[in-house]
Amino acid sequence: MIRYLARRVAVMPLLLLGTASMVFVVSRATSGNPLVSIVGARNLNNPVIVAAAKQRWGLDRSLPVQYGRFMINLLRGDLGTSFSTRRPVLRDLWDRLPATLELTIAALVLGSAVGILLGVLAARHRNRALDHGARAVGLLGSSLPAFWLGMLLLYLLYSRLGWVQGPNRLNARVRPPTRLTGFFTVDSLLHGQWSLLWQACMHLVLPATVLAWGVVGIVSRLVRASLLEELSSEYVRVARAMGLRERTVVATHALRNALLPTITIVAFAFAYLITNAVLVEKVFSWPGVGSYAVEAARQLDYPAVAGVTLLGGLAFLLTNLVSDIAYTMADPRIQLS
Amino acid sequence: MTTVTTTAPAPGSSAGEQPVLTIDDVHVTFRGEHHGDPGIPAVRGVSLQVAAGEALAVVGESGSGKSATMLAVLGLHGHATVRGSVRFDGRELLGSPESVLRTVRGAGIAMIFQDPMTSLNPVLTVGRQLAMAMHAHQPGLSRQAAQQRAVELLERVAIPQARRRCEAYPHELSGGMRQRVIIAMAIANRPRVLIADEPTTALDVTVQAQIVELLGELRRDEGLALILVTHDLGVVAGAADRVAVMYAGTVVEHGPVDAFFAAPGHPYGRGLLGCLARLDRDAEPVPIGGHPVSPRQLPPGCSFAPRCPLAEPSCDDHPPSLRPWGATVVACDVVTRAAGSSMVAS
Ligand SMILES: Nc1ncnc2c1ncn2[C@@H]1O[C@H](COP(=O)(O)OP(=O)(O)O)[C@@H](O)[C@H]1O
Ligand code: SF4
Ligand SMILES: [Mg+2]
Repeated sequence: MIRYLARRVAVMPLLLLGTASMVFVVSRATSGNPLVSIVGARNLNNPVIVAAAKQRWGLDRSLPVQYGRFMINLLRGDLGTSFSTRRPVLRDLWDRLPATLELTIAALVLGSAVGILLGVLAARHRNRALDHGARAVGLLGSSLPAFWLGMLLLYLLYSRLGWVQGPNRLNARVRPPTRLTGFFTVDSLLHGQWSLLWQACMHLVLPATVLAWGVVGIVSRLVRASLLEELSSEYVRVARAMGLRERTVVATHALRNALLPTITIVAFAFAYLITNAVLVEKVFSWPGVGSYAVEAARQLDYPAVAGVTLLGGLAFLLTNLVSDIAYTMADPRIQLS
Repeated sequence: MTTVTTTAPAPGSSAGEQPVLTIDDVHVTFRGEHHGDPGIPAVRGVSLQVAAGEALAVVGESGSGKSATMLAVLGLHGHATVRGSVRFDGRELLGSPESVLRTVRGAGIAMIFQDPMTSLNPVLTVGRQLAMAMHAHQPGLSRQAAQQRAVELLERVAIPQARRRCEAYPHELSGGMRQRVIIAMAIANRPRVLIADEPTTALDVTVQAQIVELLGELRRDEGLALILVTHDLGVVAGAADRVAVMYAGTVVEHGPVDAFFAAPGHPYGRGLLGCLARLDRDAEPVPIGGHPVSPRQLPPGCSFAPRCPLAEPSCDDHPPSLRPWGATVVACDVVTRAAGSSMVAS
């Protein structure tokens, strides 16, 4: 087990270096000029400024040299400096990562919980109204574009009804809690700042819901299918024949087995959430990695684009690793070697 | 749909003993997939009973409705209509609410199934599953007491290193061991009736004998009423007092094991015994030709007619009822009509 994990972790840097190379190629192959955002459109005709900027950012070198520098810096743990924020990309990411993690983790927990609940209800009321209802809820979330859903809910629940707070992580001009984890909810809780905690939650709930809704469908469908399969299995019949309550049969016997495949889908769900967080952060002015990524891509901010992509890749690899470990621990039949 | 009515009482248990479980004219029809589909009449008027300490074997080819009958006893059918009467200890079970059935399942009547490989939950330890079975009927049982009793139960079914085995997951045990664990679960709440539905079919021959022996032992020691469902007549000989032969959802022959083995009455029973090449008899084994009839396309009269070597045109007129024939009852008009004549001796 330990050796298997060690091997998995050992190949991660290689995969990330591969990803980095691909990002380099793709970003350089994209038509468009990063100088527009570096020097501004007005100065593009000024050869002195352009030459200075090119030299400053190393864009005057040949592509192979640029690539070599990029990779060497990367190996040293240096992601370079963003063209647009003029700050080290690593710093930018470090500042913005907690916002994104707080959002995606909240969405993952919410999406999985609602998905599992709907899946169980659908399975137990198979082909009846509740089943169809659950299917409709899931389908709605996975077919409506996240930004559209985001704007709709923002309009309804915030502008019209005022049930929740609007964009951003906190109200305007409110000081965030001192950073411990960077999660405003957790930090305000740890500092005992209750009104701040409430405010952070009311800001978080809408974007998290929009994001979570996208995975409810796939999670609930999977839980429903695998629970139905488990409920028709022989050991469930044996458990019933032993006189176990139906509730116990479902909760302790069948659901445990039915959730095994769900563990793997959660890793995919997380990848989906990270991707969609880009759009949702934009809609909700959420100061996370997602909105940073949008700006980086728009301005062809090469170092920032590479940084964001590598972070996404790392998140994906780690999620898969965690889900594999979780699966192994949950299923006694599996022995990794 | 045709029904078989019992005109002669099925031979009961040893004189005067009250049956603890009585299955009376039970019908099981699996519901059709769509409207207008009459469904599958899997069981058509089966009557059986067992008394404490008695063993009844139910034999018949696969598809003859043995499992469907037994599942009906415990109300475990999902998509089937069940009619008739099932009385446990004088109480009617058919039509009883789930809450009543649940108290009978496991504690009054326990059932074990064919495939020990799939009968246990793969992600729970053996000890946990035993404890869950106990807690279903003894909610007040403490953790330690349940654990203690789990070890005792595993020892009772002759599992070596019982304490350690409690921590084992099902996949760490052999098929025979798993079936023993399932038997331990089945007797955990001291039921009075144990229904074993083909408990040995999925096991190696040597293990089969051990399991049958274990079941016999439990019957003697705990006074269990045992219903042993099997399609293997070889298992029946030493393990049961009475045998009921099922064909196409009905009992076609029913009587003491000795009488049945000495001289089976129904042509199907004779065929079954013929399959079992017996060393102490010179007769040629007579395999039964043809295929089991589908419950969707039953013949109008005797359902065995298409395969029966003794069939007469009149056999297609109406389904035969069980009538006394020697020490047994037999559902074959041709045989019972000729009772006492030369045919019997064949
Ligand atoms: N769940 C079910 N749905 C529809 N038909 C079934 C179902 N279970 C059993 N049957 C049918 O009922 C008949 C009797 O089956 P079963 O009781 O399992 O036979 P046995 O146990 O004697 O092998 C068979 O024809 C089988 O195809
Ligand atoms: S009734 Fe006729 S067909 Fe049926 S078993 Fe007897 S002889 Fe054969
Ligand atoms: Mg069967």
